[in-house]
Amino acid sequence: MSIKINHLTHIYNQDTIFEKKALDDVSLEIEKGAFVGLIGHTGSGKSTLIQHLNGTISPTMGEIILDGENIHKDKTKLKEVRQRIGLAFQYPEHQLFEMTVYKDVAFGPNNMKLSEEEVDKRVKEALQTVGLSEAVYEKSPFELSGGQKRRVAIAGVLAMNPEVLILDEPTAGLDPKGRDEILYAIKELHQKRGITVVLVSHSMEDVAKLADRLIVMHKGKVAMTGTPKEVFAHGEELEKMGLAIPQISYVLAQLRKKGYSLPDDIYTVEEAVKALYAFIKKEGEA
Amino acid sequence: MIRDITIGQYYPAHSPIHKMDARVKLLITFLYIITLFFVNTFTGYAFVTVCLAAVIRTSNVPLKFMLKGIKGIFIIILFTAFINVFMTKGENPLFQWGIFTVTLEGILLAIKMCIRLVLLIVGSSLLTLTTTPIQLTDGMEYLLRPFKKIGVPAHEIAMMMTIALRFIPTLLDETDKIMKAQQARGADFDTGNLIQRAKSLIPILVPLFISAFRRADELAMAMEARCYHGDENRTRMNVMVLKTSDYATVGLIVIYCAAIFVLRFAAAQFSFIW
Ligand SMILES: Nc1ncnc2c1ncn2[C@@H]1O[C@H](COP(=O)(O)OP(=O)(O)O)[C@@H](O)[C@H]1O
Ligand SMILES: [Mg+2]
Repeated sequence: MSIKINHLTHIYNQDTIFEKKALDDVSLEIEKGAFVGLIGHTGSGKSTLIQHLNGTISPTMGEIILDGENIHKDKTKLKEVRQRIGLAFQYPEHQLFEMTVYKDVAFGPNNMKLSEEEVDKRVKEALQTVGLSEAVYEKSPFELSGGQKRRVAIAGVLAMNPEVLILDEPTAGLDPKGRDEILYAIKELHQKRGITVVLVSHSMEDVAKLADRLIVMHKGKVAMTGTPKEVFAHGEELEKMGLAIPQISYVLAQLRKKGYSLPDDIYTVEEAVKALYAFIKKEGEA
Repeated sequence: MIRDITIGQYYPAHSPIHKMDARVKLLITFLYIITLFFVNTFTGYAFVTVCLAAVIRTSNVPLKFMLKGIKGIFIIILFTAFINVFMTKGENPLFQWGIFTVTLEGILLAIKMCIRLVLLIVGSSLLTLTTTPIQLTDGMEYLLRPFKKIGVPAHEIAMMMTIALRFIPTLLDETDKIMKAQQARGADFDTGNLIQRAKSLIPILVPLFISAFRRADELAMAMEARCYHGDENRTRMNVMVLKTSDYATVGLIVIYCAAIFVLRFAAAQFSFIW
């Protein structure tokens, strides 16, 4: 499995005054097993890009190649593409509709015409993966908290056993606890099941911690790609695009300014703790 | 897909039609619709089409954009044609097929009906395309004012219209997003028999209704928080004033109506006019 995007351009409402070029000649490749972080300012085209990956919208120009084949070549295979590339949208309110959490998660597998036992197995597995206990199975999805709703929505996509999981800002608007729970579930999925993950996020902290590759979108174009270290080394450019580097990097930069000799390539709190610890130890010895 | 529906949409552009007073536009549209039912000849339809084409031209709304709106109701037009062709009795039967007889009168009537429908829809969509929802409802409230005395809640009707028009694009947008989210879970809206298709609407309608009710709640709360209490002692931000050009337009529409009646009268007098 590999996804290749070749010269993808998308124009909304073409040939009207509402015309809007949301993607402009984007070429990318997403390798199997990768954890890709997709960042960019609001309106930079992130959501538009990921909706192309499972064929919910069609390119104005360019193509999306899945395993060597253009996904729009054979329209009858689009359903299979959508099963293989799971897309969890930003707002759970747009997909939850069943009477119970269990039934809602079963919607996807049922559409795949699986046997009843298989559906049951997948639903339970998916709900367990996102950290929801049996206590919520028979609850209405509408009486859950925001974080729980998100997790049910993600489970609804997971239950289809996708090879790639794409998440559109899964933590936006959640409290820190809800956020951590979701990120933890995604991390587990990636590490234990080896599922390919594309995480769209506003939070530099989250992608610095989780992703092994970052794609930075700006005004419909890919502005940068690389490892988090490579991308965050361009702090000024990111700031010009309305983004930032992780908070902790600013803290260390301030300390460096004050004369403490600390490394300048630290982007997560864990790394910072280690570096500070090493620094203090060295100072103590001196 | 669903965003292609253009009925009720506003198309921002600079044109004399856009600048025209909303009340005048409403009255013209009203007269246009009424008089359209007096047209019964091809000559008459040609006249209306030419006038409408001239207005569309002046409005700077691309024809393509207007016709997109018709695409959505193509089925209704087709159905109208079908009914008229088969259900009209006449003296010139062309051919018979089972219990159905197709007559020359039926075909002519079907063509006229379709033209009338298209003219009706294009003409009335021109109103919403060139008038912002706010102007439109302001105009409506103004025109309904005389009926307040007999208990017509003019302001409340206008407010409801404003809200409805304001939320049409929002809800269409939301429907689009919901459809995509369900498609990502393997939902299929385009295949299967009628019952299966109707059933496949549930995953769209439930989230849509929930969101619509939530929005209504939030809007009501926001209005109350700003002390909205209806019509009493409310002043307007934009006071509508009729311009010279608006009076001139009314003059033109009077001539137009007169022409329609003359054509109708002529058709009755001289049977050679189709
Ligand atoms: N369905 C749509 N119709 C028209 N314009 C859209 C639609 N969706 C997004 N856009 C526009 O395309 C641009 C990119 O949007 P989007 O992909 O949602 O960005 P992001 O997810 O990075 O915030 C924005 O300018 C947005 O207004
Ligand atoms: Mg987005």
